Amino acid sequence: MTPEEQNFMRKINAEDKIEPKDWMPDAYRKNVIRQMSQHAHSEVIGMQPEGNWITRAPSLRRKAVLLSKVQDEAGHGLYLYSATETLGITRAEMIEALQQGTAKYASIFNYPTLTWGDVGAIGWLVDGAAIVNQVSLQRTSYGPYARAMIRICKEESFHQRQGYEALLALAKGSPEQKQMAQDSLNRFYWPALMMFGPHDSESAHSAKSMEWKIKRETNDDLRQKFIDQTVPQIEFLGLAHPDPAIKWNEERGHYDHGDIDWEEFYSVINGNGHCNRQRIEHHVAAHEEGAWVRDAITAYNDKKNANKIKNVA
Amino acid sequence: MSDAIKAATLEYVTRLGDDSLVLGHRISEWVSYAPFLEEDIAYANVALDYVGRARMFYTYAAELAADGRTEDDFAYMRSDRDYRNLLLLEMPRGDFAYSQIRQLFADVYYSLVLPELVKSKDERIAAVAAKAIKETKYHVRRSRDWVHRLGDGTEESHKRTQKAADQLWGYTHEMFDMDETEQLLADNGIGVDVSKLRDQWHKDVSAILTESTITVPEDSWAVRGGRTGYHTENLGHMLTELQIVHRSHPGCQW
Amino acid sequence: MTTEKLELFEVFIRSKRGLDHKHVGSLHAEDHAQALEYARDCYTRRSEGVSIWVVKSNDICASQEDDAESFYDPSDDKPYRHATYYVLPDPVNNM
Repeated sequence: MTPEEQNFMRKINAEDKIEPKDWMPDAYRKNVIRQMSQHAHSEVIGMQPEGNWITRAPSLRRKAVLLSKVQDEAGHGLYLYSATETLGITRAEMIEALQQGTAKYASIFNYPTLTWGDVGAIGWLVDGAAIVNQVSLQRTSYGPYARAMIRICKEESFHQRQGYEALLALAKGSPEQKQMAQDSLNRFYWPALMMFGPHDSESAHSAKSMEWKIKRETNDDLRQKFIDQTVPQIEFLGLAHPDPAIKWNEERGHYDHGDIDWEEFYSVINGNGHCNRQRIEHHVAAHEEGAWVRDAITAYNDKKNANKIKNVA
Repeated sequence: MSDAIKAATLEYVTRLGDDSLVLGHRISEWVSYAPFLEEDIAYANVALDYVGRARMFYTYAAELAADGRTEDDFAYMRSDRDYRNLLLLEMPRGDFAYSQIRQLFADVYYSLVLPELVKSKDERIAAVAAKAIKETKYHVRRSRDWVHRLGDGTEESHKRTQKAADQLWGYTHEMFDMDETEQLLADNGIGVDVSKLRDQWHKDVSAILTESTITVPEDSWAVRGGRTGYHTENLGHMLTELQIVHRSHPGCQW
Repeated sequence: MTTEKLELFEVFIRSKRGLDHKHVGSLHAEDHAQALEYARDCYTRRSEGVSIWVVKSNDICASQEDDAESFYDPSDDKPYRHATYYVLPDPVNNM
């Protein structure tokens, strides 16, 4: 190891944060950029499936809540892009990578939101799974990422609670509403479990990410945490658990569960989900439609600055 | 409160609620479509302000109606013929220039209406206006700055902005119309005499358009009807979307 | 076309009167005025602030890791600057 590497590993081992101007191995920088930008893209693409219901929210209160929730997702995307930019990559480069498919985003957003119940399910299960992961990431080794996570976690708990509350209203409502809640739970439960990524043995980036303390807990440990916390929440709603194999294991102190359909997982990741193309096309379309607006700002700003110089002279 | 005044007040706050909801809904259609992320966040704030305002007006309307209806009944259970919003606000989202020109026309309008409304002898109306004034100061700054940038930006943005101003101008005249209901309330110190605000609005908006190198449109055409429920074709589609889930499950809680 | 031409600004927020401004993140904007407005929308959605500073990221001059020793180490041997250096008897220790 070079002295720089030694110094870097000393900080990692001492639970010191790595800060933007610190020396870091190229592979570390790349790894953090990959994970952070993927996280940022997930927030931004996640605006679409939920935004899909803003205009149809069934009450004014729900409409305001959903609007502010989706607005938060945009905000979280911004925090994360901003934190990633400290690593020497621009937001424009990250967006380009997203649009060209070289950067990924959470696969869960490639599932369609078909009913109002899905808005509740996303808040409760998808944000719930994200929180389990993000709480762990508050201790990640890259300083700006850890700080962004702390900020985001504070805001996310509203997201999960509003989602659960929306499903609770459905579960306590008419038979049709209850059916809507069950249907949403059935469709989003398994994809939510997949959000934690493949088994640790299969995960390409896991080992190095753990060593560098970018990731603090394994995919399987985090997934188990989520499974455990979700069981009583499903019970309270009075809905049927989507996993018939779910069973308390006294010895492990955890719930045993059925197998995840990894074929589906890889199929969606590889572009065959319902919405993979739609999500990117939406993003590209909005970005391109915004080009003339961004051009206008630049042109206006140039004129303003030229005038200032003229006035001074 | 006499019955006549009470009925007029109910009609009036419903109109104000409709204005706020319809505009808030149109702005919310921008979510995930804004030209960049910061603007997505900022514009959503404006949408939230208007939806919040709608809720306060409808809540008061429901209290005045005292017939068991809630804010949601006002929003979700009335058809387009019953809505009383200004036509300008129901026009489609359009491109960003179209939305910002509409926003400028509306924001300047409220920046003049609200300082009068805050003096209303009806405390509830005055309280909503007091909250809304703060929001509107910020809204006007935003829409003014955007019209400056777009009007005096590139050739394309200028063209789009001018076109939007020309397309929307004809819908602004009815903003200053008074009918019996509003006259009664204005005479009693409850509502605003909007006809008196027209010159100031014209002056403020013209100044901003001119600074933005946009030609102030001619007053040659004017469409009216929002306050009597004679809408454009756009509102029906908007309400279809807004009301579909609520109406598909009658009497349900959400 | 991208947002590339907008400038990067760092945002600092004073969360309460009497506290320091604290760095919270960055954003893209056309100029200082727009950066302030966006900072309000992007970083104070839950009334987190009573005052906002925005600074062009390019205008920030930061110390380098390599300088760290010369910058900070000289303070390491001056423990007498810290209150805990002074051991006082319990009855008067609350100062």
